[in-house]
Amino acid sequence: MKPSSIAIVGAAETTELGRIPGMSQIQLHADAAINTMHDAGLKPSDIDGIATAGESPVAIAHYLGITPKWTDGTQVGGCSFMLHVRHAAAAINEGLCDTVLITHGESGRSGIGRGPWNTASASLQGQFESPYCSMGPPTTFTIPVLRYLKDTDTTLEQLASVAVVQREWAGLNPRASQRDPITVDDVLGDRMIAYPFTKTMCCLVTDGGGALILTNAQRAENFPNKPVYIVGTGESSETPMISQMQDMTTSKAFRVSGQQAFTEAGITHNEVDHVMIYDAFAHLPIYGLEDLGFCGRGEAGAFISERNTAPGGRLPLNTNGGGLSFMHSGMYGMYALQESVRQMRGTAPAQVPEAQISVCHGVGGMFGASGTVIVSNQKAGQRG
Amino acid sequence: MNTILKPLGSMVNEDSTAVRNTGMADKSKIPVPKATPETQHFWDGTKAGVLRLQRCCECSQIYFPPRPFCPACVSRDVEVFDACGRAFLYSYVINQRPHPAFDGPYSIAVVELEEGPRMMTNIVGVEQTPQALKLDMPLVVTFEPLNEDISLPYFQPAEQPVEQSSKQHAGGGR
Ligand SMILES: [Zn+2]
Repeated sequence: MKPSSIAIVGAAETTELGRIPGMSQIQLHADAAINTMHDAGLKPSDIDGIATAGESPVAIAHYLGITPKWTDGTQVGGCSFMLHVRHAAAAINEGLCDTVLITHGESGRSGIGRGPWNTASASLQGQFESPYCSMGPPTTFTIPVLRYLKDTDTTLEQLASVAVVQREWAGLNPRASQRDPITVDDVLGDRMIAYPFTKTMCCLVTDGGGALILTNAQRAENFPNKPVYIVGTGESSETPMISQMQDMTTSKAFRVSGQQAFTEAGITHNEVDHVMIYDAFAHLPIYGLEDLGFCGRGEAGAFISERNTAPGGRLPLNTNGGGLSFMHSGMYGMYALQESVRQMRGTAPAQVPEAQISVCHGVGGMFGASGTVIVSNQKAGQRG
Repeated sequence: MNTILKPLGSMVNEDSTAVRNTGMADKSKIPVPKATPETQHFWDGTKAGVLRLQRCCECSQIYFPPRPFCPACVSRDVEVFDACGRAFLYSYVINQRPHPAFDGPYSIAVVELEEGPRMMTNIVGVEQTPQALKLDMPLVVTFEPLNEDISLPYFQPAEQPVEQSSKQHAGGGR
């Protein structure tokens, strides 16, 4: 896409986050969408493009009374919303539509109005992974880490420090689910879920939603809130089967997606003020920092444990508390995007002073797919 | 644990210590794979006590999971062959949450076969602890029937001489 040609002009989460038993999944989409339309000062009749994952875009458009000229139901897991942003930007630039609404809603904890997750027994995962009784992401997404730790001499303490630092950020965020400070010993001593992952190294399971509205940057100044320009995007995928990753110590999808986004944005890593890396589990920020090029191979564990990403550090990371401490409905990518938008608007609870560029990086499935969105509150060429 | 299932052939005999040491409780709770036309040869192999891989006749790429073309060069000229059954432990977790198919914590692992491809498995015949499950430890395949059609490949430590274990666990169909 052309850098800064498209802007995010509406962004909001559901009114509540956490445990929302009084709302079905589709209503979580709608609650977030309505809050976002209010944020942008728009009505459903102003929206002519719709993208969502987890529900059909047809269902969401009809439920909200939107008549789309463009729909995108890309569903590659928790980073689907990063891909929606990218696809929407291309569609608007191509003139396929003017104003796109991207929604997420997930009754991840309460399970209201939500279908079951099933892996077909004749799929490749069903034949070659499911029989080994992996019980979902906590026992599957976590498999690569022992190989990473051994190959890079990263310690369990450094892995645990990811959760500790993110809890510090969560402590600054009134909407975070878990806000009490924790230590590395607390994390390592917590209940073991799947060795070496204890409970605090695994994401929360909550209910919630979020939505975004995108339009052409030329119109963006006319909206109530400060526009957040999209300056670079990337996407990729590697494998639906974690056992078939090319190398379990690095994500090919992360590298390809991140490199595309940085190239498109034409920025260097030193220019980045704020980073979001989808943290379903404690190892993901480590993989993300290395695969996006912020740290050399094997350096990210020490980088985090030495407080470079903590409040006051030089690279603020996952400043909402992340999937580990803020919230995680199942497809967390939308919440990472919301925090990047807040940071660029200057409205985040843990605001990074004078932040101008935010990198927002998501994972889909279990190292299956990836999407990267780089945003800025300044148009390219106007950044100070 | 084999009360409801009859083992099929000597390769999957009930006396396999490896299988006993998995600590399996109710094997009927294991999600049973359903073969497709493209994977049938693999499941026919495990039923007969052999681990089958595929090789590209044009570029020699060896690959898994099964498909009737080479993932490196998309040639359809591929062949099925019997793997040696040896592997090493690439990475794993030990699941602590209860699963009805297991008596206690169990490993969910990825092994790298001597021929190159990796596959998911459970490591059996060994204590399910970080101390006993060492990355890069040598392993050998063993098979366990889930029903009359499907036998699952598992891996166990290759402490015994390799010839013996391949005779014991991977001899059929050769
Ligand atoms: Zn080939």
